[in-house]
Amino acid sequence: MAFDYEKYLRMDKIPHLWCPGCGIGVVLKAMLRAMENVNWERNDTAFVSGIGCTSRAPGYIDCNTLHTTHGRGLTFATGIKMAQPDKNLVIFSGDGDATAIGGNHFIHACRRNIDMTLIVVNNNIYGMTGGQHSPTTPIGFKASTTIYGNVDPSFDICLLARAAGATYVARSTVNKGRTLEQYIQRGFENKGFSVIEAVSNCHTQFGRKNNMSDPISSRKWIEDREIPLAKARDMKAEDLKNMVITGEFITEKSDLERWENYNRAEKEYTEAYSDIIKKVKKK
Amino acid sequence: MKKNIKFYSGAELVAKAAIDAGCRFFGGYPITPSSEIAEHMAKELPKVGGTFIQMEDEIAAMGSVIGASLAGKKSLTATSGPGFSLKQENLGYAYMAEVPVVICNVMRGGPSTGLPTALAQADIMQAKWGTHGDHPVIALTPAYLEEVYELTIKAFNYSEIYRIPVILLLDELIAHLSTAIELPDKDLLVIKDRRKPTVTPDKYFPYDTAYGDVPPMANFFEGYRYHVTGLSHNKTGFPTTDPDLVQADQERHLRKVNANKGKIIDFESYKMKDADIVVFAYGSTSRAARVAIDNARKLDIKVGMVRLRVIWPLPEAEILKLCSKVKAIIVPEMNMGQLSNVIEKYAADRTKIVRINHVGGVPIHPSNILDVIKEVR
Ligand SMILES: Cc1ncc(C[n+]2csc(CCOP(=O)(O)OP(=O)(O)O)c2C)c(N)n1
Ligand code: SF4
Repeated sequence: MAFDYEKYLRMDKIPHLWCPGCGIGVVLKAMLRAMENVNWERNDTAFVSGIGCTSRAPGYIDCNTLHTTHGRGLTFATGIKMAQPDKNLVIFSGDGDATAIGGNHFIHACRRNIDMTLIVVNNNIYGMTGGQHSPTTPIGFKASTTIYGNVDPSFDICLLARAAGATYVARSTVNKGRTLEQYIQRGFENKGFSVIEAVSNCHTQFGRKNNMSDPISSRKWIEDREIPLAKARDMKAEDLKNMVITGEFITEKSDLERWENYNRAEKEYTEAYSDIIKKVKKK
Repeated sequence: MKKNIKFYSGAELVAKAAIDAGCRFFGGYPITPSSEIAEHMAKELPKVGGTFIQMEDEIAAMGSVIGASLAGKKSLTATSGPGFSLKQENLGYAYMAEVPVVICNVMRGGPSTGLPTALAQADIMQAKWGTHGDHPVIALTPAYLEEVYELTIKAFNYSEIYRIPVILLLDELIAHLSTAIELPDKDLLVIKDRRKPTVTPDKYFPYDTAYGDVPPMANFFEGYRYHVTGLSHNKTGFPTTDPDLVQADQERHLRKVNANKGKIIDFESYKMKDADIVVFAYGSTSRAARVAIDNARKLDIKVGMVRLRVIWPLPEAEILKLCSKVKAIIVPEMNMGQLSNVIEKYAADRTKIVRINHVGGVPIHPSNILDVIKEVR
């Protein structure tokens, strides 16, 4: 049976403002299916975002939705979760929103490991503002502020999240909606801070400047560079340059976790805080 | 009856009043001279089932209190000059999205890192114009510890009544001062809560002006599932660029405070009956002014004081009245004339405005003010 997206969407807000063929819609659909898989109630779920094309996603979802300031979605979400720890929190962010202006909030949200899920749509560009380069624009590529080719090195969002302490980190691409759905679901199920990076196409702003101005060629460019994590482990560094390594970078069961998270708290933040309340609360 | 007298510091009273007003969330970032407020909140909030979080910076702290308030908890953040600057973008968001929160700014010398530990009243204009765009402002300036408690509660009440962020401006001296005071009986406190919708979710709009200039506010997770944005929006909460709607909404935002000025404006008149010289003061400098006035009266100088408990909105009518009544208005401030600049505009040559501006971090001494009073008599 076809999935009933309309159950979760504000249909009166459709058509959406995204360009035809933009990858953000794929991510939104994967997220809605994941939400259904974990049986989240719409009333108990809040979607928070910053500013950018990606950050318009919450507006289409029939839940409690909050479109905040550029890069700061995580900070608002942290306040909501501290106030209502039983509720479900999901944050949508673009690559610029999450790792440039919001970079500090990003690493601290990972470190705190509050039970929320951040979905970063990485289209390698500032889509909404007209195609300026972002912290994930590959070296040599063109943006409206790197017309001679980008010289500004990139962040690897998943490695950053992993190093900063997120307890579920995974990356897939908009070519693989089912995998995205699965990763997002695992993020929802992880009792801690989860980061799912969805590598996406912005043919309008990034593709156009780099000889792939339609969605198909933009997505093909992503597909051609995709290398699964297991395979990447055996590859030489120079062969991985500008590639998109996909897979689960950290999971509950990850063998890396034992030593990477040596200083990780035993308990999720809001649970640990509830324990404090129980201990000191006036009778 | 046993009196409720105890030693408190100003910072402690902000925290105590906040909790008594129903505050159940604090998000902050340490900065002198405001950190004690965070420390008290960290200690006291869990005792009443509230939550405290130290964020990674003041931008994050401001975001967190807005989030917590939308999730139904009255929220407080506290900071000082540099941190107040960082909060400005999200402060504007709270005005735009009409989210009640209280921001306590314990003023220190600026600009920049300035004088971290010294007394100043440097952020009077930042409180009014710090964030971009037009917006209503309520800012309170307590001068006594009893008033810190009383006005902190009022700050929460105003934020809830008008759905706006309210700014509590404390002088460093007031935050750090510690004396024995008697707190009002808790049962007699007037505590206001945001007006809740009375309609079912299908009939609810988060910015519905059918109920007046302050729309009823549903909290997140109460079944209303609405949208909030900092973009100009229509009554549904979704973005609009319709010029008429944007214009009407901006006007409504300003009206929330302007139409209620009469209820919000709050000042003390001290020995004003026969005064032909007035000292116009607020915060800690008003305490020096009071001593100076008492001493001047002994010299038969007819001087009084108008002391602002609420600095924004200003009591314009009172100022205009003064301008045509007294021969001089003396404005002592721990800044380079942020308030006297404004008073001067009202005066428009009808009376003399005399400034006393100290920015060295040392309190204005009563004798400084008395000297000026003697000069203008
Ligand atoms: C404080 C602030 N600075 C700058 C902007 C302008 N701005 C809006 S969206 C954006 C970047 C969007 O890029 P990204 O976060 O990657 O999201 P995308 O649009 O690609 O989904 C910028 C710089 C802003 N809104 N606020
Ligand atoms: S500009 Fe790019 S990111 Fe934005 S909607 Fe268009 S394709 Fe998508």
